[in-house]
Amino acid sequence: MDFVKPTIEYAELAPLLIVLGGACLGVVVEAFLPRAVRRTVQVALATVVLLAAFATTIWVATDLAEVADGAARGLLAAEGTIVVDGPTVFLWGLVLLLSLGGVALFAERRIEGGVSAFAGQAAALPGTEAEREVSTRGWEHTEVYPLLLFAVGGMMLFPASNDLLTMFVALEVLSLPLYLLTGLARRRRLLSQEAALKYFLLGAFSSGFFLYGVALVYGFAGSMQLAAIAEAVRNDTGNQGLLLVGMGMLAVGLLFKVGAAPFQGWTPDVYQGAPTAVTAFMSAATKVAAFGALLRLFYVAFGSDRWSWQPMMWVIAILTMVVGAVVAVSQTDVKRMLAYSSVAHTGFLLTGVLGVQGAGELADGQVTSLQAVLFYLATYGVATLGAFAVVTLVRDSNGEATHFDRWAGLGRRSPWLAGAFALYLLSMAGIPLTAGFVGKWAVFTVAMSAGAWPVVLTAIASSIVAIFFYVRYIRIMFFAEPDVGPDGHPGEVASVTTPSLLTSATIAAGVLATIVIGVVPGPVLDLASRAGDFIR
Amino acid sequence: MSDFPWLTVLVAVPLVGSVVVAALPRAELAKLVALLVSVLTLGVGVAVALQYELREGMQLTETHDWISAFGVHYALGVDGLSLLMVLLTVVLVPLVLAYSWTHADPGSGASGSARSFFAWALALEALSLAVFLATDVFLFYVVFEATLIPAYFLIGGFGKAGRGAAAVKFLMFQLGGGLVLLASVIGLYVVSAQAGEPSYLHSDLAALDMSTAAERWIFAGFLIAFVVKAPLFPLHTWLADTTEKATPGTSVLLVCVLDKIGTYGMLRFCLELFPGASQWATPLVVTLALISIVYGALLAIGQDDLLRLVGLTSLSHFGFITLGIFAFSSQGQSGAILYMVNHGLGTAALFLTAGHVIERRGTSSIRRMGGMEKLAPVLAGLFLVAGLATLSLPGLSPFVSELLVIIAAFDYHWWVGAVAVTGIVLAAIYVLSMYQRVMTGPGPLAGDHAAAGEHHDDPAHREPAGHGTAAGPGTGTATATRPEAAVAPPAVPEARDLRPHEVAVLTPLVVGLVLFGFFPMPLFDVANPYVEDLMARVDVDDDAPAVPPGTTVEHAAEEGAH
Repeated sequence: MDFVKPTIEYAELAPLLIVLGGACLGVVVEAFLPRAVRRTVQVALATVVLLAAFATTIWVATDLAEVADGAARGLLAAEGTIVVDGPTVFLWGLVLLLSLGGVALFAERRIEGGVSAFAGQAAALPGTEAEREVSTRGWEHTEVYPLLLFAVGGMMLFPASNDLLTMFVALEVLSLPLYLLTGLARRRRLLSQEAALKYFLLGAFSSGFFLYGVALVYGFAGSMQLAAIAEAVRNDTGNQGLLLVGMGMLAVGLLFKVGAAPFQGWTPDVYQGAPTAVTAFMSAATKVAAFGALLRLFYVAFGSDRWSWQPMMWVIAILTMVVGAVVAVSQTDVKRMLAYSSVAHTGFLLTGVLGVQGAGELADGQVTSLQAVLFYLATYGVATLGAFAVVTLVRDSNGEATHFDRWAGLGRRSPWLAGAFALYLLSMAGIPLTAGFVGKWAVFTVAMSAGAWPVVLTAIASSIVAIFFYVRYIRIMFFAEPDVGPDGHPGEVASVTTPSLLTSATIAAGVLATIVIGVVPGPVLDLASRAGDFIR
Repeated sequence: MSDFPWLTVLVAVPLVGSVVVAALPRAELAKLVALLVSVLTLGVGVAVALQYELREGMQLTETHDWISAFGVHYALGVDGLSLLMVLLTVVLVPLVLAYSWTHADPGSGASGSARSFFAWALALEALSLAVFLATDVFLFYVVFEATLIPAYFLIGGFGKAGRGAAAVKFLMFQLGGGLVLLASVIGLYVVSAQAGEPSYLHSDLAALDMSTAAERWIFAGFLIAFVVKAPLFPLHTWLADTTEKATPGTSVLLVCVLDKIGTYGMLRFCLELFPGASQWATPLVVTLALISIVYGALLAIGQDDLLRLVGLTSLSHFGFITLGIFAFSSQGQSGAILYMVNHGLGTAALFLTAGHVIERRGTSSIRRMGGMEKLAPVLAGLFLVAGLATLSLPGLSPFVSELLVIIAAFDYHWWVGAVAVTGIVLAAIYVLSMYQRVMTGPGPLAGDHAAAGEHHDDPAHREPAGHGTAAGPGTGTATATRPEAAVAPPAVPEARDLRPHEVAVLTPLVVGLVLFGFFPMPLFDVANPYVEDLMARVDVDDDAPAVPPGTTVEHAAEEGAH
């Protein structure tokens, strides 16, 4: 058998290659540069790589050829394993922007008194002499930047993969660095390591499900390619049982990544245990990537069989929204509250996913579910990244003060920061004139158009519950006095540490984006609609 | 001049003003600027009114694409109904600001909060005006919800202890109603998209042909939101708590301006967009309105807190307004629209005079008042006028509107009218007994020192900080500091009469009440063309008119007599 040299569309894949290449370069930097200069070089490298990748993404986006009579734009690259189309480049751009925010938060050193939020040496056991020594020397792990770049590479490949095996590889490439990053917190290290272990074990388990699903679907369709699977589904060849079970298994793997009920169990622990900068990056960017993959898998491969999976999505969406919103009410830790709120948002996003309709059922200019979900991802990503960035700044003597009571009266001590947090919460709650409202409107609309009114009514009921716990934070920040302790002295309250420009800029950019997208959502919506459909 | 975006300017002036006020360094300067901005807004409002042509329908319209993907427009317009609401708003806000000049000032170094009160009030004005002017349902929804944010901060930031909980209750009710409305707004988009190009313009939606089931479901969402807003019987519980805890100034903005959005929305959206469903739901709405009239009045009679009492009288009044709207006759509609204006004037006067009384008495508990009449005759007189307006004394403007609503109610069905009439009797009881207990009698002069010890609900302006404590854990501290607070100022605050500037603030309201009581024609001139259009629109789809055919002729005759 002759070996045929594969053709790789280097130009179209440039953003992906730049990020992965930058990650490898980061490893080399780690190996050869002295410790003193590593951080500067790594931060600069990561920033430049992400900016370059973003610039090439824009260039690729403007250059995509139209296919399928203008309904979609893009091409199949790398022998049909990667597809660069409108939704792909939209998600690439979004992931890259959020990662830039992530790098800024990773690089923040001012709030921890000159060191980063990451452990000095992950291998030093907590509470040992080795840890103290590392701490006095002021070492820090600069490997986090290449790890972040690898994760970003995986996140970019995930929604772009056009066959199940590539998708699986992307899933692992994005997950493994995140497991590591989760365990690297400088403070509360045992909690962080426990979270990393939980995340890893459950993640590995869900990957197993995904892989099993890949095998079963291959058994049904005889191919890994999404297009071939779609063909097989349309022709209804083979064993329907294999398809249904395989589809379910694949769904488990993906729903775990997005944190949908009943696979949401890891989110609160991991979000709480991970260093907050990692939580910010991971909660925003992972969800974008995983929803991209979910959309591609279910719309492209299983699109013609949507009558089989839509009922499942109905149940999952309803369950996720209810669990997320109801459990969040009882949370007293801000990171856990945001974790459950992100579960609820997964439910809202699924509401958009299940709203898919055939092209013939849509009126001219009507919002499509793909457009709605892409838009929602943008609004959610910005708000989450910003909210967690605020959490990194609210501290007391023990580091971050994540307990509910510590936030009392923050609005009077630091009105601007509390205002920014309130805005993010209002956006997540979906109050008009913030980005979150338009996003919510869009996903509810597509679900309603598809006739999923029970889901929309549940979504509205959970929104009401969600508003309660968001507003509670606003109330405690602005209208509550700090608790008085048993000895008559006021209890310790958190104060805001002045961050460097990196974190401030991230928060400010998030606030700006939330307001601008909320008041003038047109451009972003147009961008999402110009992305067109997936190409098959 | 016809191209000049008057309505945008009308909304923009207070909006920009609120940002400027919030950014100003000194509280005194901020208050002055805020007052000037509100007066300027009043000027713009009057300019809009001067250009308004009677019987021309929607005018001064502005329409721009906003979110084309959703068929959403930035569309403003003014017709008779919105003009009256706009004028009510722009008149009341400067009065509230002038009233709050001294009252919102929490003293003791918290100068920032006086400034934020004025800034939030202006923001609320801007958004309320946008609500009354929006002719795009999506835009309406956006500003409808956005009004809640300034309202929340006004309630939660200023007032007496427990306001934090009251603010959350207010917000939860309103946002709950708002989200139900969101479902309907989304439903409208779906229906509109199925009919062709999706559009949220009021005029496009009014021309839409909906299936009966869809119309009724969507109508139900709108109605629930407006019933919460207005408020009507089962969803009214936030009203009393809110008015009790908030400052009188905030209550005026909420009850006299913001709550009008509920009844405004019933006319503008329920009746105009879903005439069929509105008639279908009439029995239910009329029943709720009647319950609200009687129940609100009964609750008001039993209240001890003055502000709570005034708040509950509004429940009764909103019952009358809704009854007028859903009686489906031109008297009912005109009466309801006039009622909205008159209730705004009368209740504002009552809230503000009640605020003066409370300030002078140092308590809002009616039990511990009395004898004010001798000490402050002018205040007592104005309080009486405001109270008489509330009970619709002939010669004061609410009488005209209440009469029309009751005529319409009798037209609708005799028992509806009979129940509604009891509202008048009950109103006389709660107003006169309130006046008697607050103003007449010897007054608790001797016993007041004893009573001061158990001050458990001082008004907020006695509390040290404007942002003070919220409910819950904080309440304990607040109570602990009270005895000193009660001792430090004289236990019976100097019960001096109204100062000239305080009289000046109340004068426009009283003049309005008397003027429109004797000469309501200007209001009718504005309202009647709108009502005629509305009746025509409702009757187009009217298969089984609620009013027997013969009576419409008489209506027309009576209309002519006005």
